[in-house]
Amino acid sequence: MDLRLQNVSHSYGDTEVLRGIDLEVPSGQIVCIVGPSGCGKSTLLRMLGGLERPASGDILQLGEPPADCLNPLTFIFQDFALLPWRSVRGNVELVLEDHGLPRAKRDAIIDDVLARTKLTEFGAALPKQLSGGMKQRVAIARALAVNPAVMLMDEPLSALDSQTRELLMDDLIALWTRQPFTAVYVTHNLAEAVRLGHKIVVLSRRPGQIREVVELTTPLAERQYGDAGLEAQQQHLWGLMRDEAAAADAELINV
Amino acid sequence: MSDPAQPVSFRGGGFVAQRRRGVGLAVFVVLLLLAEWGTRTGFISQLTLPRPSDVLATFGELYQSGLLFKHLIPSLTRLIVGAAIGASLGIALGVFIGLFSLVRAGLVPLIAAIFPIPKIALLPLFVIWFGIDEASKYALIAFGTFTPTVVATYAAVDNVDRTLIRMGQSFGLSWRSIVGKIVLPGAMPGILSGLRISLTIAIILLVAAEMLGAEYGIGAYILQAGSLYDLERLFAGVVILSVLGVLVSGVIGIIERRVLRWRV
Ligand SMILES: Nc1ncnc2c1ncn2[C@@H]1O[C@H](COP(=O)(O)OP(=O)(O)O)[C@@H](O)[C@H]1O
Ligand SMILES: [Mg+2]
Repeated sequence: MDLRLQNVSHSYGDTEVLRGIDLEVPSGQIVCIVGPSGCGKSTLLRMLGGLERPASGDILQLGEPPADCLNPLTFIFQDFALLPWRSVRGNVELVLEDHGLPRAKRDAIIDDVLARTKLTEFGAALPKQLSGGMKQRVAIARALAVNPAVMLMDEPLSALDSQTRELLMDDLIALWTRQPFTAVYVTHNLAEAVRLGHKIVVLSRRPGQIREVVELTTPLAERQYGDAGLEAQQQHLWGLMRDEAAAADAELINV
Repeated sequence: MSDPAQPVSFRGGGFVAQRRRGVGLAVFVVLLLLAEWGTRTGFISQLTLPRPSDVLATFGELYQSGLLFKHLIPSLTRLIVGAAIGASLGIALGVFIGLFSLVRAGLVPLIAAIFPIPKIALLPLFVIWFGIDEASKYALIAFGTFTPTVVATYAAVDNVDRTLIRMGQSFGLSWRSIVGKIVLPGAMPGILSGLRISLTIAIILLVAAEMLGAEYGIGAYILQAGSLYDLERLFAGVVILSVLGVLVSGVIGIIERRVLRWRV
């Protein structure tokens, strides 16, 4: 299943947030969206996931999601959004409970996703007992449990320290290599974008417009930390973003 | 440098709620011993304050004559029935106010208008509506418990983390699941601390209702004692009320520790 945005614009009251966005999210690829803060990345993602309606333009779903997909468009949030009163297992189970699956099937799914995110031993733990990185892995397990057609990730690593971020990035790459998934990955961290993205969309400052789309052809598994080619791409992206970011920053001060 | 070494002075203490067992009990005991000592030595006159040991003796008589339970059981029944009705209606309405802006717009001013009414003033009205018997007492206690519960509940629902609700919606959870599995558990801390207050109000109203018209009940017992200036019996009644208050607060504390174990 692909996603397509056609001429999407949006405003909150008098504030124009997005202008004329055309974008294609092809199946099996990770599309990274980068841009200065406040340029409408989260808004764009919420629209893709049906949590918000654009003021104009269309958001289209091309093709049917796979038959065993329980929630085609699935979010992973920056602040994890785990229920603090449920255990790790309970948090994953939450999203399966409304689907009338037989008990055994449900347990099998939970066991599988906890194993894939290396959380098997922590099934009974409460979120308050987990580190930030583990919390985000629970959120990833929960997203995998519904077998999404597209994962929508809003700065999933931004709340974590840089070592944990590296580890989780490796986990995401391993997950994708074993079983490619489709994802839209919002970040303001260019290093993450060049590690994970097949396509990197650079947005301008508010109102967010597409400045450039960079396609990276190096397979994810071969992108090493400190790779020269990736460094060059990152420099190029930074060149695009720097002025926007500076201008956006000055704008926020003037408000 | 040859400056003398000094330990860095500690200044990070305090401002943390810690559980300290037995201190509350110790305060009670000290106050009682003071009263006992004062009344025995004549430092406090018998007319001002009854001697704690006399109150205890009165309490023993009350127990042995079987009158204790004759007063206590109707009171507890009124309290439990009235508070249960009031609290459950209050939680239900509070959740509706928290969830639907139309209900909120319509009812919050109404709640604000009835909140400050001293409910006991409405007892005659309840007697006309529900009769002189138990029903009017249930209604009074229920009504008194209801308003603070509503206010606490909708404030608690307002405070539920919106990102969790967003999360529920983004996974396509049904409305019932979102309310039952996200909103209600998230509002539970606020609802329970609201219940602490509303149940105390329920005890106050219980006594008030019983003073205005009941043959048996702690309120009636205190009223009889008071009109005879029988301070020992009056205090025996008051002690029962205090114990009831401590029990209610203890039960809610236990529920909080069990239900809210997830809190940091
Ligand atoms: N619900 C909302 N109501 C009003 N303004 C909003 C709302 N959500 C976001 N905005 C504004 O829209 C702009 C873009 O927000 P957002 O999409 O969160 O940016 P980003 O994720 O790129 O930092 C910001 O200026 C923000 O203040
Ligand atoms: Mg954002």
